[in-house]
Amino acid sequence: MSVRTERRSRGPLIVLPAALWLILFFTLPLLIVVAISLVERGRAGGVKLPLVFTLEYYQRLVDPLYLGIFWSSIRIGLIVTGACVLVGYPMALFISRVAPGRRNAVLLLVMIPFWTNFLVRTYAMKLLLSAEGVVNNLLVGARLVDAPLNLLFNNFAVILGLVYGYLPFAVLPMYTSIEKFDLTLVEAAADLGANLRRAFLRIMLPLTAPGIVASVILVFVPVVGAFITPDIMGGGKVEMIGTLINRQFGVARNWPFGSAMSLALMAMVVVGVVYYLRTSQEGERPL
Amino acid sequence: MIAGCATRRGRGSLLLRLGKTALGANAWLIFAFLYIPILVLIVFSFNDSRSVAHWTGFSMDWYLRLFSNEPLLRAARNSLVIAGVSTLAATAMGTLTALGMDRYPFRLRSSFDAILYLPIVIPEIVMGISLLLFFNLAFFPLLQALLHFRMTLGVPTITVGHIAFNIPFVYVIVRARLVGFDRTLEQAAQDLGANEWRTFWRITFPLLLPGILGGALMAFTLSLDDFLVTAFTAGTASPTMPLYIYSLVRRGVTPEINALSTVLLAASMGLVVISLVLQRRR
Repeated sequence: MSVRTERRSRGPLIVLPAALWLILFFTLPLLIVVAISLVERGRAGGVKLPLVFTLEYYQRLVDPLYLGIFWSSIRIGLIVTGACVLVGYPMALFISRVAPGRRNAVLLLVMIPFWTNFLVRTYAMKLLLSAEGVVNNLLVGARLVDAPLNLLFNNFAVILGLVYGYLPFAVLPMYTSIEKFDLTLVEAAADLGANLRRAFLRIMLPLTAPGIVASVILVFVPVVGAFITPDIMGGGKVEMIGTLINRQFGVARNWPFGSAMSLALMAMVVVGVVYYLRTSQEGERPL
Repeated sequence: MIAGCATRRGRGSLLLRLGKTALGANAWLIFAFLYIPILVLIVFSFNDSRSVAHWTGFSMDWYLRLFSNEPLLRAARNSLVIAGVSTLAATAMGTLTALGMDRYPFRLRSSFDAILYLPIVIPEIVMGISLLLFFNLAFFPLLQALLHFRMTLGVPTITVGHIAFNIPFVYVIVRARLVGFDRTLEQAAQDLGANEWRTFWRITFPLLLPGILGGALMAFTLSLDDFLVTAFTAGTASPTMPLYIYSLVRRGVTPEINALSTVLLAASMGLVVISLVLQRRR
């Protein structure tokens, strides 16, 4: 009896430091964002004092201009996630079929970009595509074009930069799933008369789905709220939610509107992830 | 393995061979895509002119300049201090939390679990602005009113934010390590007369160590690389390495950034090697 009550009280005690830290520096700040999104802005940033309640900033969110930016961010997120999964899945399959002795070396090649500073990698891509960069130099040198092309500061550059940045994040979870998958199951399906396409769609794809689900979440969530890549590769010409929020806290000095936008982004991502997890689990069940 | 299923039909085996080739080609193309930009970056960090596309000769000048660049060195020091402190604090708290959540049932456990996962899922920029608002509109004014103490954004506020986003990552990694944990070892130690404290340090801790170190390494890397939370909690006086690089990159491309990036690349290769050594020990 006494042992049990002792155990009961120790659990909360040792999680207390982390719980207090996260409540104070994570949950409470989020609640403050909610509060700020509901009051009028101050002239030079901050909020107007005394506080004035308003729903103005939420009404502004549905303005076609901002809805458009939300939609284009989601679209970029879907394109980037789709591209990462489409090329990352065969890549993961390839790695899982490399001879065990060499497999760690190949895996290391995927992990190095994974651990490398994101800004440095984005800069590397910008360097390659810039007007004075290597790609333009080769094109001009080979007389394929007369003057350097504008490869940067457009949607294509941002999407390329995002795929470049997040592809390693997509490959690793799918690799983990595929590595556990027993390829002889495909063989069995073929012996039973299924063609390859059918064996892949009915056996391999559903059984490796958890890895795909993890990849989709790991790529889509950061991409839809990305700031660094649209800022550096887009050079102010490509607007995404992240750059828009950042502007509200920088030059626009509209903290309440930035707060409302952040909450909309957060709600969208959390609801999206939960919905996606639900439906992808349901999809697996009939098997 | 997959080849066996195709012997039934000639067409299938041809398809398979094509598929294998395509698989390999796809993989090596992706490796080229991942590495060509990095290799170009490294090569031109040794260029002896300002060009980042025309090779004019070998030079180490851009590296030498880094070591006399005072703001850069200060940013590097800030980054290391913040990463070090936040890693220690988050690793301690994250590990304790993993143990507590794994072993002791208590009220509110499942809601706390949700709070632990939320920082991983929500977009980083939201966490950044929430901390900015919290410090500027609640924490600082309260400190001023209660203790008459003026505080501004800087290294301490960045560290607070980094600890907050690192705790969940350490927690997840250590908790995963606890899943296959053989608790009879602890019972054996206690049956042999070890008290709980001794059991923890002699049995539990050594067994968990690879997970704890893995979590610490993850926290250290995340802290060193972080841009968004840092940008919103840094104020103007104390940039970290990513903030410094960002300010340079916005101005354009120069071999000096290439040299700095190459140094950071070498550092993260070191971290990858450390993480592999740790994994092998598991």
